[in-house]
Amino acid sequence: MKGMTVIVKKTTQLIAGIVFLYGIYIILHGHLTPGGGFAGGVIVAGSFILLILAYGSDFLNLVKEERGSTTYENLAILVFLFLALTGMIAGTRIFFANWLPHGTPGELVSAGFLPLYNIFVGIEVAASILTIFLALIIFKEEVLK
Amino acid sequence: MMNPLIPLFVAVPLAGAFLTMILSRFITAIPRYMALAVLLFLTFISFWSLITGGDGSSVYTLGGWEPVEGVPIGLYLIHDGFSALLLCLISLVGLLSVTYSVSYMARYTSENYFYSLFCLMIAGMNGVVLSGDIFNIYVFLELSAISSYALVAFGVEKNELEATLKYQVLGVVASLMILFAIGFIYWSAKTLNIADIRTVFSAGYDNSYYLLIQILLLTGFGLKAAMIPFHAWLPDAHSSAPSPISAMLSGVLIKAVGIYVIIRLFFNMFEVTEGMSIVITTLGALSMAVGVFLAIGQWDIKRLLAYHSISQMGYVVMSVGIGMILMARGIRSEVAALAITGGIFHMLNHAAFKGLLFLNAGAIEYSVGTRDLREMGGLAKGMPVTSATSLAASLSISGIPPFNGFFSKLIIIVAAVMGHFYFLALLAVIVSIITLASFMKFQRYAFYNVEPGKIRNDIKEVPAPMLLSMITLAVVCLLLSLLALPGLRETVLSPATDILMDQFKYSSQITGM
Repeated sequence: MKGMTVIVKKTTQLIAGIVFLYGIYIILHGHLTPGGGFAGGVIVAGSFILLILAYGSDFLNLVKEERGSTTYENLAILVFLFLALTGMIAGTRIFFANWLPHGTPGELVSAGFLPLYNIFVGIEVAASILTIFLALIIFKEEVLK
Repeated sequence: MMNPLIPLFVAVPLAGAFLTMILSRFITAIPRYMALAVLLFLTFISFWSLITGGDGSSVYTLGGWEPVEGVPIGLYLIHDGFSALLLCLISLVGLLSVTYSVSYMARYTSENYFYSLFCLMIAGMNGVVLSGDIFNIYVFLELSAISSYALVAFGVEKNELEATLKYQVLGVVASLMILFAIGFIYWSAKTLNIADIRTVFSAGYDNSYYLLIQILLLTGFGLKAAMIPFHAWLPDAHSSAPSPISAMLSGVLIKAVGIYVIIRLFFNMFEVTEGMSIVITTLGALSMAVGVFLAIGQWDIKRLLAYHSISQMGYVVMSVGIGMILMARGIRSEVAALAITGGIFHMLNHAAFKGLLFLNAGAIEYSVGTRDLREMGGLAKGMPVTSATSLAASLSISGIPPFNGFFSKLIIIVAAVMGHFYFLALLAVIVSIITLASFMKFQRYAFYNVEPGKIRNDIKEVPAPMLLSMITLAVVCLLLSLLALPGLRETVLSPATDILMDQFKYSSQITGM
């Protein structure tokens, strides 16, 4: 896939990092402000997609990236499920039980498991949206061949 | 009493699906063993829960959010007599389909995707059956539906892609209707918990609004269950999928995400009204009669079986509908109980024999390489086990004693006569006779009819794992007829009927009122 003009490349270079950081901010503050794992994950995936679109990438690299993002996606779901299952062993022994200390409401590190769930949902959503995007480009490149 | 195994019904197949995808990078043989292990575990815990559950039901509160002043605020998983039966069905047919796939799917590439999607579909169906929250039903429904879209297209040939497109379009229409209905329910009842919705609606409701919700839900889940006016996708999707998947779709999926949800919602969420129960009975009778007439002209084995699925599901819906009409009129509740028991019993039986028939069709396709009945003939000599097991399944679906189909059809017809639905009873008998005719055609053209000059000696029997699945299902077909015995019927089928018949049992276990 070919990249775009130098203006697009430079602008992307400037804003991709900010977009990425904003996504991370939304994910980490999921239990305090609107947004959370899903919304933040989409924004994080958006920063990767911007870079790929602006700079372009050759076919082999795309396939490699797609394998990487699939692995992250699978791992994130497994960790999420593992966190939920820990509730069955510790504390009140209930699936999805929030047995970590809840802390002071309103602080960044509080609410027990919720920030952890948000982080892994964020990784999952970012990886899966990137995977869908990559799969579509790979399909198009294969058809063009 | 809280059964700690309940969340594992969803968590274990989900974990299996994603572990498969990661581990298959390193060990190529892992997917099939992972899927087998997951399904073995599920079969074990589902039967364990059925046996130890007795006639009580177990409510699992996710995250430990107990109801506040009788208003449920958390998510609930409910394991009662009815869902226990469905869970056993899903796990058992799933286990046998995976065993079958070990040989059958060796011809396809990317086995890891197949087993991963298979586990996801199982997780979705278990979730639908267990969930006590209507929006969660929708989420799990989509999980199983989307994995089944991919599984139908697994061969990526022209007709498979066409079938899956049709299936997807109609599936999405159904999902949209269900989502609309859920939105309307949330707007008027301000809750999504099935038991709580029942409590809110029983305090009074706007009649036309209530009817709109019911019709949207009946259409949506009717599309998923392929009742007659909504059946267009089923023959294509079920015949194009790989055979173990056809067995899962026809044997389990249309029940778990279609019939089960219709029965659950119209008994436990809405009040049983006479108008709606007449609509449901009519849909069932129509599916039963039209499905079999569409089936008898088919020459493609899997299409023939797919149309019979519509017809047999018609029996289930009609029978449950008869029970609903009697309940709504408030008369003869013992006949209503008999009709509902017959419907549930036929649903279990259908999973066993239709699963077996699709596996047989797959075995024929595996050995002969065609699905067209006119190109077969004389296979009984080369494939004795396939022939014998398919004979058992054919006798079972046509209602010949001592196979299970006879007993459930008998109960349905007796209940229809006792409830003074003479026309429906007659229709059920006629449809059963046409079913017999259509399966005689299947048996004759596939296994016995030897035309001179077309004798094929090169046909071999299929590998051992496929034989094992088929023989086990044939034995299950025989064993299920034991459920008609008085002692077993009370312990296995009656808890399911009770939870549906009792107006308050289902909602009181959650709201505590």
